Amino acid sequence: MISKDTTFLGYRRENGRVGVRNHVIILPVDDISNAAAEAVGNNIKGTLALPHPYGRLQFGADLDLHFRTLIGTGANPNVAAVVVIGIEEGWTKKVVDGIAKTGKPVLGYSIELHGDHDTIMRASRGARELVQWASEKQRETCAIAELWVSTKCGESDTTSGCGANPTVGNAFDKLYGLGNTLCFGETTELTGGEHLVAARCRTPEIRERFMAMFNHYQEVVNTHKTSDLSESQPTKGNIAGGLTTIEEKALGNIQKIGKQCLVDGVLDKAETPTGPGLWFMDSSSAAAEMVTLCAASGYAVHCFPTGQGNVIGNPILPVIKICANPRTVRTMSEHVDVDVSGLLQREINMDKAGDMLLDMIVRTANGRHTAAEALGHREFVFTRLYESA
Amino acid sequence: MINFVVHEAGDSVGTIVVEGVKAGDSLTGWVMEEDETLTLKTLEDIPIGHKIAIKELPAGATVIKYGVDIGKTIAPIKRGGYLHVHNVKTKRW
Repeated sequence: MISKDTTFLGYRRENGRVGVRNHVIILPVDDISNAAAEAVGNNIKGTLALPHPYGRLQFGADLDLHFRTLIGTGANPNVAAVVVIGIEEGWTKKVVDGIAKTGKPVLGYSIELHGDHDTIMRASRGARELVQWASEKQRETCAIAELWVSTKCGESDTTSGCGANPTVGNAFDKLYGLGNTLCFGETTELTGGEHLVAARCRTPEIRERFMAMFNHYQEVVNTHKTSDLSESQPTKGNIAGGLTTIEEKALGNIQKIGKQCLVDGVLDKAETPTGPGLWFMDSSSAAAEMVTLCAASGYAVHCFPTGQGNVIGNPILPVIKICANPRTVRTMSEHVDVDVSGLLQREINMDKAGDMLLDMIVRTANGRHTAAEALGHREFVFTRLYESA
Repeated sequence: MINFVVHEAGDSVGTIVVEGVKAGDSLTGWVMEEDETLTLKTLEDIPIGHKIAIKELPAGATVIKYGVDIGKTIAPIKRGGYLHVHNVKTKRW
């Protein structure tokens, strides 16, 4: 049971936000800086390099999203300090300056006119200093309402809709009442239930913005589709798990926002919320893309219900797996943090399942490694909007 | 032992929540919203997580789950029959 007096031990950052991990990340601006970033990550123990495949010749809204994702990842309160490495100075500085607005230490290095050797040497020296600085940070008591919690489900099946997802919904209803900052998304995965989300929007303006985002994503599907998307959305795994149509999947998905939460605002991809409440983020339903966007928006803990057994994690955002499918719990137990399969046999009720998840959220915030963290799942996947120039 | 769950009493389908359901088995279902139970004989083998029709559905009928439209049948489905992508399709996309 949680209440407004519930606390956890977190890291309070320079800008007042509270993190639950203390990472020092080595962040490449672009694909060709991955080698240097990974070399620094190998040199300096306690750092985490975050290689990714993009960052060259992107433009317009797609480039804006690239920068938002990089800067948001560095700015996330689960990150203590950042080393940024890019091929040239200009975009490297742009990322450094964006992260530095939080007040946390950020160092930037560019490769041109130096080469990999010299860059790796200079960046390693900086990274070592940051790790030693970060290692002296202490956890302190924080109010539960200071914890930002996001959700997205994956490899869902029909047990997600009747077990794992409403468990998240029950926990979200309780956190919402305490003033937490919450997030859900997966725009196409509301298809068939969009009217239910629209009805939950707090104001007509929010409803209008939500429906505009929803309709835009429908246009993307309708422009590019070559079938009814069966095997993509729902995925082959969803279908193997018994989900038949996108509408059925969507109705299960929506269980994650509980019965009482209202949608207090909408976010563009990787945009940071401006206040407490439940935020809808316009986003892909692909697990690693969506969780990467949640991390870039500033969320500190993620609830990930699964049916068939998605194994995803994230480098900086602890991903808590919740599962109600007894076969998955049996065959993939190392991936499951919260087993709520008892719901389907009436051994526990939804209130109890929600409390089990909230207990795991607090334990995770206090430092317990999730299954995905222990297994080394660090999927860091950028959303792209269109081709590079 | 609960063999299948139904979200709401008005739904057309239930979800099998145990492994090894075989044609002819007598199944116990739990209607979650109303907290009622019902029994039903399955006409086919149905894997865990897959759906059983709890109502007679003619071809072209709307399938209801969570009290909401989840698609349409493209073949008639008997009460106790197996309902999935071979006989139900989306109304979207």
